[in-house]
Amino acid sequence: MPMNAHTSGRAALRLQQVTRHYQMGETLVRAADNVSLSIGVGEFVALLGSSGSGKSTLLNLMAGLDRPTSGAIFAHDRNLAEMSSEELAKHRSHTIGIVFQAFNLLPRMTLEENVELPLRLAEVERSERGARVREAVDRVRLSARLSHRPSELSGGEQQRAALARALVNRPTILLADEPTGNLDSTTGDEIMFLLREINESLGMTIVMVTHEHPRAERFAHRLILMGDGKVISDGGAS
Amino acid sequence: MKGRDLAELAARNLREAVLRNSLTTLGIAVGVASLVAMLSLGVGLQNLASDRLSRTGLFDAIFVTPKPNTPSFRRLESPNPAALTPVRPLDNDGRHQLEALPDVIAVYPEIRFPTEIHYAGNPYATVVAGVAPSDRNDGAFDQMKGSFFSGPSADEAIVQIELARQLSTPPEAAIGKDVVLRYAERQALPAESGGGKSDGYSIVPREERLRIVGIIETDPAGGFGAFGRARLFIPLKVAETLRAAQTNDLRDLLRDTPSKRTYDSLTVRVSGASKVKDAEDAIKNMGFAAYSLLDASNGLNLVFRVFDMFLAIFGSLALVVASLGIVNTLVMAILERRREIGILKALGAADRDVKMLFFVEAGAMGLVGGVLGVLIGWLIGRAINFGTNVYLARQALPAISVTAVPWWMVGLAITFSILVSLVAGMYPASRAARLNPVHALRYE
Repeated sequence: MPMNAHTSGRAALRLQQVTRHYQMGETLVRAADNVSLSIGVGEFVALLGSSGSGKSTLLNLMAGLDRPTSGAIFAHDRNLAEMSSEELAKHRSHTIGIVFQAFNLLPRMTLEENVELPLRLAEVERSERGARVREAVDRVRLSARLSHRPSELSGGEQQRAALARALVNRPTILLADEPTGNLDSTTGDEIMFLLREINESLGMTIVMVTHEHPRAERFAHRLILMGDGKVISDGGAS
Repeated sequence: MKGRDLAELAARNLREAVLRNSLTTLGIAVGVASLVAMLSLGVGLQNLASDRLSRTGLFDAIFVTPKPNTPSFRRLESPNPAALTPVRPLDNDGRHQLEALPDVIAVYPEIRFPTEIHYAGNPYATVVAGVAPSDRNDGAFDQMKGSFFSGPSADEAIVQIELARQLSTPPEAAIGKDVVLRYAERQALPAESGGGKSDGYSIVPREERLRIVGIIETDPAGGFGAFGRARLFIPLKVAETLRAAQTNDLRDLLRDTPSKRTYDSLTVRVSGASKVKDAEDAIKNMGFAAYSLLDASNGLNLVFRVFDMFLAIFGSLALVVASLGIVNTLVMAILERRREIGILKALGAADRDVKMLFFVEAGAMGLVGGVLGVLIGWLIGRAINFGTNVYLARQALPAISVTAVPWWMVGLAITFSILVSLVAGMYPASRAARLNPVHALRYE
């Protein structure tokens, strides 16, 4: 398992023989098939692969949104497979930040309210919330749009808002599922630059699922190629 | 998630589908209103009955008579000689003993005698009854024309409306006029033999002039049939001083002491209904027969409890139907907010947070529906009262209140509404909490 030069040497995420099978009718789908890998603290990893290769399944397992059929997933040495659903919710709240392809902002909330939402769920004191929201929104350069609803924002702004929401609880790991998939190339690059900036300035571990190989090579430290639920190749970006 | 955040998010969700949630809440309100209206009618009728009955003076009164010692009328049963003990007469000694009992505030006889009255030169046959001062609270005197007796010894009379109509047209014109009462006075005869024992009494015709001060529309109850069919009422103290011959006088004649006055019955009034039982037991120990309406009133309360229970069950049916509306609304909300639930879970919401969010929404609908329902139920009660009183006014009867919404009912209805809503919210809430976030996030 290669460990990139950008990492501290400690593992932020460690997968040991992780398998995730689905039963679809009479067919058994092996979405993740005996995957083992380790992602160091501060690494920027791109999970690549065609549609159905199992990369999103792996991301959901790392996020604690799904449980493996077998194997173990360690996030900072804590095994997610052994956690109760309550503990997994805490893991998602405090350790993980997630960004989706479809942004997934709540349409009836303003940008400020959307970014504040994880703080409510984490039971952060009200007096602290304002500063935390401003800090996250400043980082993605959306301070002027606080009172706007998602429908009043461009696609790029919505993804930046989603990024601010993912950062507001100061997680150690950021998981991004096709973060540029719904954006044009210029806006997509803006998001990628933001991700790189976050990775470099905060030392945050980033795992990004994408099918855009060139962009992954340009921004990530490490590329993991998946196919049929297995890791096909794992190496540093050129 | 903290309570305040939960409440804010729930309020936001409720505002989002304002029409559907308002209609669901209105459904609950109608259910609660039906429950409150039914219960308020039951409680109102119970209050009305209790009030009317307590104003008759029947519930703080004990009816005392000499103990009967007549053998069974059944032929096959041989008379038990032990049961044929001498009867203790209800005389003045007994009366003083009764007056000395604790919590007894008055002891008075039932005085009623047939008489002939003269009014404006015309004779009228009627029955006269003595009225104790405590009978002033009897409902029959509430709506009287004129006034009650000016004092316990006033030479005054109150006339029942039917007699008043015979006396004068209009009947009210009789008030302030005099009526002459002709009655038979009982006078003890001096003893003929040397033993000093009276041999009986004589009946002497007498007259008493009384001023009519009031007219009553309905017959007062005044005890256990005390005033039945009497048409002229005079103060009890006056009635006693008249020493008018009564039906039990013949019985007195057959006793050893015919001149010694006995009573057919005495009414013992105690300071409250709760004191009746002890006083009744004490009177029975004194060798008299005693009867009160305490047992009857307990039976009446039981009847009203059962009546209220059935009204509450029928009223609750509407609330149960309304609770299905909550289930429907929240299940619809899960379908609509499936993706949102997935997002919340991805951002760190625990199953418990999602469940509580739906619970709070159901509870809020229950609370608002409950408050609104109590208000509507109270208005329905007012409408029933209004309708009843319009009808009574047309019948020239006094206004009454047939519904009542006491504070305990307000609290009970709102609590019940919230509880029913929470129970209705249980299934949708646990279903929402169980949603797989991966599937929920894929949902379009």
